[in-house]
Amino acid sequence: MADPAGAARMYALLAWTWIRAAAQYPVSLAMLTAGTAVVTGLDVAAIALMFTRAPRIAGFDVAEALFLYGTATLSFGIADLVLGSTERLGEHVRRGTLDAMLVRPVSPLIQVATEEYSPRRVGKLVPAVTVLALALPRLDTTWTPGRVAMVPAMVAAGAFIFGGLWVLAGAVQFVLLESRGATKALTYGGGFLTQYPMSMFARDLVRGVTFVVPLAFVNWQPALYVLDRPDPLGLPGAARFASPAVAALVCAVAAVAWRAGLRHYRSTGS
Amino acid sequence: MGDAVIEAAALTKTFTRAGGVLRRRARTAVTAVDAVSFTVRRGEFVGYLGPNGAGKSTTIKMLTGILAASSGSLTVCGLDPSRRRTALARRIGVVFGQRTTLWWDLPLRDSLTLVRRLYRVEAAAHRTRLAELTALLELEPFLATPVRQLSLGQRMRGDLAAALLHDPELLVLDEPTIGLDVVSKATVREFLARINAERGTTILLTTHDLGDIERLCRRVMIIDHGRLAYDGGLGELRRTVGADRVLVVELDRPAPPIALDGIEAERADGPRQWLRLPPAANAAAVIAALAARYDVRDIALRETGIEDVLASLYRGDRAYGRPAPGGQRSSAE
Repeated sequence: MADPAGAARMYALLAWTWIRAAAQYPVSLAMLTAGTAVVTGLDVAAIALMFTRAPRIAGFDVAEALFLYGTATLSFGIADLVLGSTERLGEHVRRGTLDAMLVRPVSPLIQVATEEYSPRRVGKLVPAVTVLALALPRLDTTWTPGRVAMVPAMVAAGAFIFGGLWVLAGAVQFVLLESRGATKALTYGGGFLTQYPMSMFARDLVRGVTFVVPLAFVNWQPALYVLDRPDPLGLPGAARFASPAVAALVCAVAAVAWRAGLRHYRSTGS
Repeated sequence: MGDAVIEAAALTKTFTRAGGVLRRRARTAVTAVDAVSFTVRRGEFVGYLGPNGAGKSTTIKMLTGILAASSGSLTVCGLDPSRRRTALARRIGVVFGQRTTLWWDLPLRDSLTLVRRLYRVEAAAHRTRLAELTALLELEPFLATPVRQLSLGQRMRGDLAAALLHDPELLVLDEPTIGLDVVSKATVREFLARINAERGTTILLTTHDLGDIERLCRRVMIIDHGRLAYDGGLGELRRTVGADRVLVVELDRPAPPIALDGIEAERADGPRQWLRLPPAANAAAVIAALAARYDVRDIALRETGIEDVLASLYRGDRAYGRPAPGGQRSSAE
């Protein structure tokens, strides 16, 4: 996108339009919002329950595990808030609605991402923020300026990594129209994976999410720095600061994939 | 003349259809649009016809930048549609009869305001234009109604307004009257004729509704099996392809088939007989001769409608009047 400010304005405009459209059905909106609130509340309760029963998970105490959960969920929630609808691209291709988007002077990515935008998506951030607010003051770590700065930085980098994965998942659907289920494994699966200390998973899995789908950089690696812990995989310390670079890389790959996908669509018309 | 709005030269689109993910080798190439060449000049109103699957929609998608051409060259409003899709979008209006580009749950007025923002139209220019379109398309009674509650005819008028708010040079319509009732069709046609005549908006329209063509299009392009089979005036098409007129003669009583100066009845049903007149025949003379030799109760002269012309063209049972450049038709089909 040549003009990020213009793109952001268009995004806001279209999102606002969808919100107003949703407000046309107030009962439905109220019920969906209530539903989100209940699910969100259960989420928080489940976490609380889990940590009263299992005070230590894979060597991490309650506050530390909550910190990992909070940062991951917040990053994931932000990415989902902004780009979550891109996983429905295949549907637009199949129904032919993508064509109508392509004749408008706005990037189809923005149009797909804002599709049926609902303020409910903000609700998904509530448990993340709650958990983080509980965990941060309880962390047993020395708060150097670097560690303090790392917290928002890792959340932002994580959001970009997940955002890139969402776009990547959308781009795949240009080619494989029925791959929504498979791409969900990448996005929602990734969201789930990063909620827990990586050290509780098998080493090969951790290697995979470090080097293949770089989910370990969403929060695990920077968290090792914030929490001042050694890396179970023994990666060099620099890996802990690599998240922004990894995020930039994921976004670049996603942008290339999206363009290639769009080109594929425009050459096959599938 | 530098006023060509669309210039297509040997425009070709080939789709490669994979035989499925596991059968990569089983690819087949289908040529949907095959070396089509034509020019549309500013202010023209062109009907683009063809049977289903002939390549109409594929051509429209290439013109609007939705699809990239496989080969050949294409310029629309001076731009290469596939490379400059977004820039082109600001200069053309597109209406798909089968689906709306409006926001389903928003009142029509809000949808139109949103279109203004998407196309970055000046507020003052927008107001003038909206007032104009509202009057022409009679939108006022349902401007405040959510799009989902509009009738098909109202929705189409809303879609037309949305496509024209940014004052495009070219309006591309893909079956704009499909499913509309007689009154809505008339409103839409009258509107299209007006913006073409008064604003000089170039219009390219695909349709299966021959009333659209007869009412609106001075020029007709016919695509068949991906090739441009005819490109010329509507009158000329009728003259060259559909010149046959049919005399329906009703005699006093059933009689053997009429034979008259080389014209023979091709069909008889009781006292009624059908005579196909050759293009050169003088209908008045034939009728006079008939009246002199037979006990004729009634005679009707039936002109071949555009519908019959196209039906015979699509079936390929008649030669085209004038092969279009690059659109040589094979008779083997």
